[in-house]
Amino acid sequence: MSRPEEIAPPEVFYGDTEATKYTQNTRIQSIQAQMTARALELLALPEDEVAFLLDIGCGSGLSGEMLDEEGHIWVGCDIAPSMLEVALEREVEGDLFLHDIGQGFGFRPGTFDGAISISVIQWLLNADATSHSPTQRLTRFFTTLHASLRNPSRAVFQFYPSSDDQVHMITSAAQRAGFGGGLVVDYPNSRKARKMYLVLMVGSQEVPKGLDGEEMAVQGKNGVGAERKKEEVRNERRRRKEEGKSRKGKKETTGKEWVMKKKELYRVRGKEGVPRDSRYTARKRRVQF
Amino acid sequence: MVRLITHNMLACHVKNCTKDNFPLVFSEVELVIRESEANYDFLRRFMPKLDWPALVDTARSLGDETLPDDQPEEWTDEQLQALHHVLMEMHVEEGNMTCRGCGHVYPISNGIPNMLLAEHEVGR
Repeated sequence: MSRPEEIAPPEVFYGDTEATKYTQNTRIQSIQAQMTARALELLALPEDEVAFLLDIGCGSGLSGEMLDEEGHIWVGCDIAPSMLEVALEREVEGDLFLHDIGQGFGFRPGTFDGAISISVIQWLLNADATSHSPTQRLTRFFTTLHASLRNPSRAVFQFYPSSDDQVHMITSAAQRAGFGGGLVVDYPNSRKARKMYLVLMVGSQEVPKGLDGEEMAVQGKNGVGAERKKEEVRNERRRRKEEGKSRKGKKETTGKEWVMKKKELYRVRGKEGVPRDSRYTARKRRVQF
Repeated sequence: MVRLITHNMLACHVKNCTKDNFPLVFSEVELVIRESEANYDFLRRFMPKLDWPALVDTARSLGDETLPDDQPEEWTDEQLQALHHVLMEMHVEEGNMTCRGCGHVYPISNGIPNMLLAEHEVGR
């Protein structure tokens, strides 16, 4: 899977060509629409009521279009001017802002009934300028967002973390800003369909469950996920203990195995002049005397 | 495409700018009216969030005098229509928004306001 955030900063990556490509690609369109629909579902807005929403990283308005269809009034912000231009051409209904979300929002407290963001916040983890500090930007983003949301309300972020550390960084920043909630993983057993949603809540509410084919997996900050992790840790410890016991007995490796292992290790480390393997490797020598 | 509904929610977010940072003042404005369907229920629910004096001042600075000085308790359909017109149909396409507190200018071009800050203006 390619990761655009490793290639260039967002405002550079989503230049004119990439912006039109992004918007005309029917596959991206359908995926974005699906994710927006799911995000809206997780947002759990009261039915038949028009809400005032914030679309964080609205891009060319693919997600905004869905909000229009639902009849919501929305405000979108994005850092890539080319994407916003495409959004203007597509005549989306929402108000658009050229805005770096890492700099925080200036909206008055309690403005929005909810916020959605599709495939955006992983960008915040990059430091694209010397003055950027991801933790600081995340904190600024979440605190100002928390302030601008109504109580009670939700913010749903679909994102592509590249590692568990990133997930941890984002969730802890959100927690520090005062958000409740947790991670919802849809289709956790499928590599392709797997989608992560960070559902943040202002005020006390319950975390919704993830979708899947047969079985559920919700990684809450506490509850099921934590319980399972504890279990795993215990198993791991037991396994290590047993391993230790057997090692104390007899050495299992033969001389040849040991030599092969060492040579493999040297090759992996890039050491020069490691002899090639042959049938003579680590052979037994006859006794000389 | 800055509508007044959004403008009424927007304060300056420059570092340490906490006084007089709302509302941002429009200047050199190019206004476009785009008609849209009114949703009175939404307007009624939205009213508590509005900062009425700021809205009236801004609407007047843009040449719309239809709103009363004080927020009415009971709304007639006419007044709701006027409110809808001000909030949802008036789009600022070009111009500047200036913060009265710190003087930061947010330029609006092609309907998109540039909210980017310089590095020293970003809050922590």
